[in-house]
Amino acid sequence: MDLTRAKIRDLRKALDTKEIGAAELCGEYFKKIEASDDKLLSYITVTKDKAMEMAADAQKKIDAGEASMLTGIPIAIKDNICTDGVKTTCSSKMLENFVPPYDATVIENLKNEGYVLLGKTSMDEFAMGGSNQTSAFAKTKNPYDLERVPGGSSGGSAAAVSASLAPCALGSDTGGSIRQPASFCGVTGIKPTYGRVSRYGLVAFASSLDQIGPICNDAHDCAIMLNAICSQDAHDATSARVDIPDFTAKLGQSVKGMKIAMPKEFYSDDIDDEVKSSVVAAAKTLEAQGAQLIDCSIPGLKYAIPAYYLIACAEAASNLSRFDGIKYGYRGEGRTFEDLIRDSRSKGFGEEVKRRILLGNYALSSGYYDAYYKKALALKQEIIKEYNEVFDIADVILTPTAPSVAYKIGAQDNDPVKMYLADICTVTVNIAGLPGINTTCGYTGEGMPIGMSVIGKRFDEQTILQCADAFEQTFAPTAPKL
Amino acid sequence: MSAYFPTMGLEIHAELLTNSKVFCTCSAEFGGEPNSRCCPVCSGLPGTLPVLNRRAVEYIIKAGYVMNCDISRFTKWDRKNYFYPDLPKAYQISQMPRPVCLDGHVDIKVNGEDKVIRINRIHLEEDAGKLVHDDVNRISLADYNRCGIPLIEIVTEPDFHSADEVIAFFEKIKLLLQYAGICDCKMEQGSIRCDVNISIAPKGSNELGTRTELKNLNSLKAIAKAIEIEIDRQEELLDNGEKVIQQTRRFNEAAGETVAMRSKEDAHDYRYFPDPDIPPIIFTEEELDDIRASLPEMPEQRVARYVEKYGVNVKDADTIVGDKRVCDFFDEAAQDSSNPKAVANYLVGEFMRRVNLGELDLDNIKFSGKQFAQLVEYLYGDKLSQANAKVVLGEMAENGGDPKAIADEKDLWIKEDNDLLAEVVDEIIANNPKPVEQYKNGDQKVFGFFMGQANKALKGAASPKAIQDYIRKKLSE
Repeated sequence: MDLTRAKIRDLRKALDTKEIGAAELCGEYFKKIEASDDKLLSYITVTKDKAMEMAADAQKKIDAGEASMLTGIPIAIKDNICTDGVKTTCSSKMLENFVPPYDATVIENLKNEGYVLLGKTSMDEFAMGGSNQTSAFAKTKNPYDLERVPGGSSGGSAAAVSASLAPCALGSDTGGSIRQPASFCGVTGIKPTYGRVSRYGLVAFASSLDQIGPICNDAHDCAIMLNAICSQDAHDATSARVDIPDFTAKLGQSVKGMKIAMPKEFYSDDIDDEVKSSVVAAAKTLEAQGAQLIDCSIPGLKYAIPAYYLIACAEAASNLSRFDGIKYGYRGEGRTFEDLIRDSRSKGFGEEVKRRILLGNYALSSGYYDAYYKKALALKQEIIKEYNEVFDIADVILTPTAPSVAYKIGAQDNDPVKMYLADICTVTVNIAGLPGINTTCGYTGEGMPIGMSVIGKRFDEQTILQCADAFEQTFAPTAPKL
Repeated sequence: MSAYFPTMGLEIHAELLTNSKVFCTCSAEFGGEPNSRCCPVCSGLPGTLPVLNRRAVEYIIKAGYVMNCDISRFTKWDRKNYFYPDLPKAYQISQMPRPVCLDGHVDIKVNGEDKVIRINRIHLEEDAGKLVHDDVNRISLADYNRCGIPLIEIVTEPDFHSADEVIAFFEKIKLLLQYAGICDCKMEQGSIRCDVNISIAPKGSNELGTRTELKNLNSLKAIAKAIEIEIDRQEELLDNGEKVIQQTRRFNEAAGETVAMRSKEDAHDYRYFPDPDIPPIIFTEEELDDIRASLPEMPEQRVARYVEKYGVNVKDADTIVGDKRVCDFFDEAAQDSSNPKAVANYLVGEFMRRVNLGELDLDNIKFSGKQFAQLVEYLYGDKLSQANAKVVLGEMAENGGDPKAIADEKDLWIKEDNDLLAEVVDEIIANNPKPVEQYKNGDQKVFGFFMGQANKALKGAASPKAIQDYIRKKLSE
């Protein structure tokens, strides 16, 4: 069976009709991983033995006629989501040998479905970055051009799905870490509403912004994955006590009458022309299906980057304090415990992580708190207000996912500020806790994928899935040739 | 007479008596094999999240009510960031700007005088683990069992001017917490701890001096001693024209001195910020009313009840209420007694005497309140002599058991028949002609001699009144 860009629905059918067995299916993916991941570097850990056990269990369920949607479906998991007994490194030397003794809630949910774990995918260290080049282990490449970045921080998951080294994957998104790599790698990825998916077991970067979500071949598969991973979780106090709908329910419904807002700040000169015109063309396609395009403004976007980096770094500085070399993880040397902690952290963390820890601690320091962190929280409220105003007149918002397509490896290495500014299109969605989905809307002359984002009201994943799906029905993606 | 007067404020940490820890479901019980009472959450593993124990919140609200605080309708949690090996997350979840309780007060009595101590705030936080240092192998080991046990921190205003006031307040707080079922207040197990902020200023001055903070005060005695020593130290500094440095000092009880731990300059910047993992709580009036209504009877109410309902005198009632274990035992005994006042008398007297001698362990009383009440009935009903009641209580304290069974077995009852009494007293009178002579000559004092002899020989088999009557009768024959 040809697994190129194979969708979950296709695999489900093949498994249920016995066209392929669960073990054989994951075996095929391992063959593909062995054949090309030494070039792509999308996986940090491949869990072949475990996968075979899980596939055998899944096959029993299938044979007994008890299969649910993901039974026997191979899935790749970002390496910051804890998997019981399987190394979870966060792409950091700090956690190089860390094996969690527990499963994240999303993993438990997938296990209940009978999924098969392919392995753990590479990422920017502790999810800090947009290129996967801050990974201490596997600096993932873009499957469309191995000289370019795959995006990040869920770059391993996006590249693996794009190169058909997994039919679907889980990523996490703190400021665009699902949507931007999905855009760079030409696949579909959704960041759910904050609180929709349990964060329990996701190694925290910025707790008020982090959210787990799927990266798949299309919006329909994303909906299927959401159905499996969402739950109201007693282990996560920020898990929303909101009913969980069938996320596939509105797929296939026409976008006729749907109000699509296009805030002008997202179409400024900072966005590459090729990207802009592709997104605008996609908007016209939706308009042709009966959607209504609305001009609007989110002026607070100009404060988004500083507000985001202050909040995210402050929380990260605190969240990453637990990595002190005392209980687990990389242990340095030192006679006193201060020396030991200092050495462990100096050597265990990479440069970008240290930069953000310093920035965050600075922002929280006595005397600076009011000027930085408190002001960032005020900006957060302002951005939420502006989004609310747009959603008073619109159903969804359409924006480019990134100012440019995937860039050459090394292009932004020496300019962290430039790298931070590249997050401009995605961070406000996290700040406001909204759901956002990336889907491919075109390719550049060089053949690099261009992504657009559909942003929805809180807890209205159904409508953005519907919108992305409607566009995907008009668009034929091109798989990369590795 | 000193030229200075001291001013002090307290920070009291009390562990709550919840079954589970404050942010996970691990047992919050004291002790256990090292690291046997922890899970991924309280040992701070990556990816884990805290979920607030609502029972702990209920307890701190109760603490707020018994200390007359305002309860915040909106409360939230903050992270206090610092590195220490006993703190696995490298931050403590605590409360900074929005504590649960604010602006309370507690009335105390010091050397017969009433005084009001103001409470600044009470907040809820998590306890840290414990480090065990092995000096022989020169290693330190961490035990995370205590990590995440819910703690309240009670912060007073600087309203204390003597060690006596501090001790009186601390004892009062212990009672309030124990009666409300919030904390067991076992200082020796660290379930309640007290830090003292202390400064001195010249008498008549309106300004407070530079303060130091005293830590590691493990007993009431240590608190009193440390205060005395620290006041002396500060006075000596000022007398010598030196300055008190703002610092944290550790009390070394063995050496009888306070030792600087860290000064203000190297104090931590805790970088407090709101914990994004724990949503703020908004209380409804109804929730608060329910919690308030669930408060058990507090010490003052119990004293009033004993005085009014049972006729116990205030001093005895205060003694009984002074230890919750005694008080609970008394309630149990009084409930089954026709004469609660007598129960109180015997409890404050003989029972407490044995407690103070260490013959009776209040944490492990081997007899029931009902059995104690029974014993008191026998004593006051002339069924057992004072001496034999003591024998019975001694046996009950040591091996437990029913007072009737013990008295039966040891044959301790006062006998109804007078044959034995007559036999014994007749013999004493026959054998002691000289005292008999003295008595008949009007020397009343020798009567005591006959009583003593008779008591000794009868071993409680007759009531004191019966003995007295019979001796009197025989001597006047």
